[in-house]
Amino acid sequence: MSAADWRRAMNLQPPRPAAAGGPRAAPASTPRRRFTNPVRARHVIVLAILLAYPWYATPFFTFQIGAQSLALGLIALSLSFLAGSGGMISLAQMTVAGLAGYMVAIFGTAATDGVTLGWPWWLAVLLAIIGAIVAATFIGWLSVRTEGIYTIMITLAIGVAFHYLTLQNYAVFNGFQGEQKVFPPTLAGIYWRDPKPFYYLTLVCALAGYLFVVYLLRTPFGIALQGIRDNARRMRTLGFNVTAHRVAAYAVAGAIAAVGGVLFTWYNGLVTPGSVGTGWLINILVIAVLGGMRHPVGAFLGAVVFVLLQNFAIDVIDRERFNLVIGVVFLVIVLFSRDGLLGWWAALSARMSTQRGGSPWTAARRRLYAR
Amino acid sequence: MTGFWRAFWALLIGVPILAFAGWGLQDNPRLFVITLLNGLTLASLYFIVASGFTLVFGLMRNVNLAHGSLYLLGGYLGFFTAQLTGSWLLALAAGFAAAALVGLAMQMSIFRFMPGQDLRQTMVTIGLSIVIADLLMWAIGAQVHQMSPPVVLDGPLRGLPLIRAYSTYRLSLLPIGIAIGVALWLFLNRTRVGMMIRAGVDDRAMLAAAGINVNLVFATTFAIGAGLAGLGGVIGAVELSMVPGEDTRLLLASLIVVIVGGMGSVVGAAMGAAILGLAETYGLAYAPTYSVVFTFVILVLVLAFRPRGILGRPA
Repeated sequence: MSAADWRRAMNLQPPRPAAAGGPRAAPASTPRRRFTNPVRARHVIVLAILLAYPWYATPFFTFQIGAQSLALGLIALSLSFLAGSGGMISLAQMTVAGLAGYMVAIFGTAATDGVTLGWPWWLAVLLAIIGAIVAATFIGWLSVRTEGIYTIMITLAIGVAFHYLTLQNYAVFNGFQGEQKVFPPTLAGIYWRDPKPFYYLTLVCALAGYLFVVYLLRTPFGIALQGIRDNARRMRTLGFNVTAHRVAAYAVAGAIAAVGGVLFTWYNGLVTPGSVGTGWLINILVIAVLGGMRHPVGAFLGAVVFVLLQNFAIDVIDRERFNLVIGVVFLVIVLFSRDGLLGWWAALSARMSTQRGGSPWTAARRRLYAR
Repeated sequence: MTGFWRAFWALLIGVPILAFAGWGLQDNPRLFVITLLNGLTLASLYFIVASGFTLVFGLMRNVNLAHGSLYLLGGYLGFFTAQLTGSWLLALAAGFAAAALVGLAMQMSIFRFMPGQDLRQTMVTIGLSIVIADLLMWAIGAQVHQMSPPVVLDGPLRGLPLIRAYSTYRLSLLPIGIAIGVALWLFLNRTRVGMMIRAGVDDRAMLAAAGINVNLVFATTFAIGAGLAGLGGVIGAVELSMVPGEDTRLLLASLIVVIVGGMGSVVGAAMGAAILGLAETYGLAYAPTYSVVFTFVILVLVLAFRPRGILGRPA
């Protein structure tokens, strides 16, 4: 995806795509595209299914599966944006999300007699997101000095250090207990933690995050970021400030993770040191890798699979063995797919198109022209 | 670095440390010295575990995030061996061998087939660490296991000046750590295999071109690195306790040690371990709530001024 966008940005003539064609067999003919152009039938169908979902699903499926997947997907989206488009795998995304959750509890209301300030919910959420962005920028500033696997190690170290800080600190983070009873407000007569309202709340946030990332990847900033991922040295030579772009990517990802973190905290009703422990740091990576990082939708795909496994692993094998199941699934995906489920999808559709000579549409068009 | 800057940094870091040491010795000499010993012995354990980590990383660029799981595996196996045979030395050998075998299996069956794909290898180690940790919990349970020290090293060592008494086993960690460090140094610098490993660290492609069986060298290194984690597990099983979660703790310690010391350098690992061990214990003794923050500040400072660690070199 990046190479084509890059060429377009540089006003170069793209080389003719190979005859067989990959998953992106139809190149955009005009550089200027209207907003509605990329909307296809499948987008409308998926949106309709998502909107109608709580009306045919049970409250359990709406809340536990639907809303949780969307909230987790949003956190994973921040990682898949960083990793897929920026080439920086940060394990500290759950730390940023958890920090936002903690701040909502600390500035807003929670069941702790200690430090909650009891400010109105909108102020608490706003402050939480701003604070999380600041923290993410700091983490980014620290870790962009390194590359590749070094980034993983340093962000993991930062994440685990924050976990131990929340565990040991009672003055602010309330130690092992964490912050209990952190709930969304009641607004306009609706309690926003009821399954349907909460589902729609997460859906709106998730859609906003998704569209924002899709849009951002087409802006000059997004394209420069992908250029940096592919060849940082060349971009530096071209005059781009590589460090600034990377830190900015961390800040953007921090904002997305913060929204996801607030939603996830509301979903759980609590935030504890366990929510920012190693297990969850790794889980976010698992979700992002499971779905695939080549497209923002992968994060949500991965989250759905993860949540389904989490809830139904009990039927396959003992409830306690969830980690084993998720670990094995993760290993299989990493070992046998280049890019998670999206990678399998791409490989599958590429095979289908070579067998049939293109998608049904292109095949039909070709038949028409051959006559 | 020029001499001026070297002196500048030495002063900037050395003066506060000396001032703190002077104050500590004057304020409560017994606490200060005991904390010093605690820190050095903890550093010794950290070094044993982290040296394996850094060895594997230096040669293969493989960040083995399952290192903590291997530590726990070695510890458990050592524990059961000691229960069966009653011999601490056998337990050490069993812990080393078990972790080394698992490491060898990992290298032979997985990493061999994805050379040069650092990130993918790291992902695989993450998956393995989840699986191994859960299998261990399944087989052994979540209760705390603690090994008793060998009879010779049991009980306190009395009659020491100033601090009066100190755990013999704990004190013995120091010579054990130093012995392992020296042995590792001799192995790397004085043997043929060690020479191959060092050559591989510098230039893998040249080593292969020189007719060395690189896969064999890789497998050996991975086995030794993993075995050191297992050995650390048996040693740590006495001093710390073994419980699910310890794997993450030791993994984090290894990560910080090699980030601070510089990845791929055994001497760097020793320095990093000393810094981390001392910072942790002094933090716990003098500012309990903020000991983690202390460690973190050190990490940040090192990264800010030497992004590749104190002794790190560009990859």
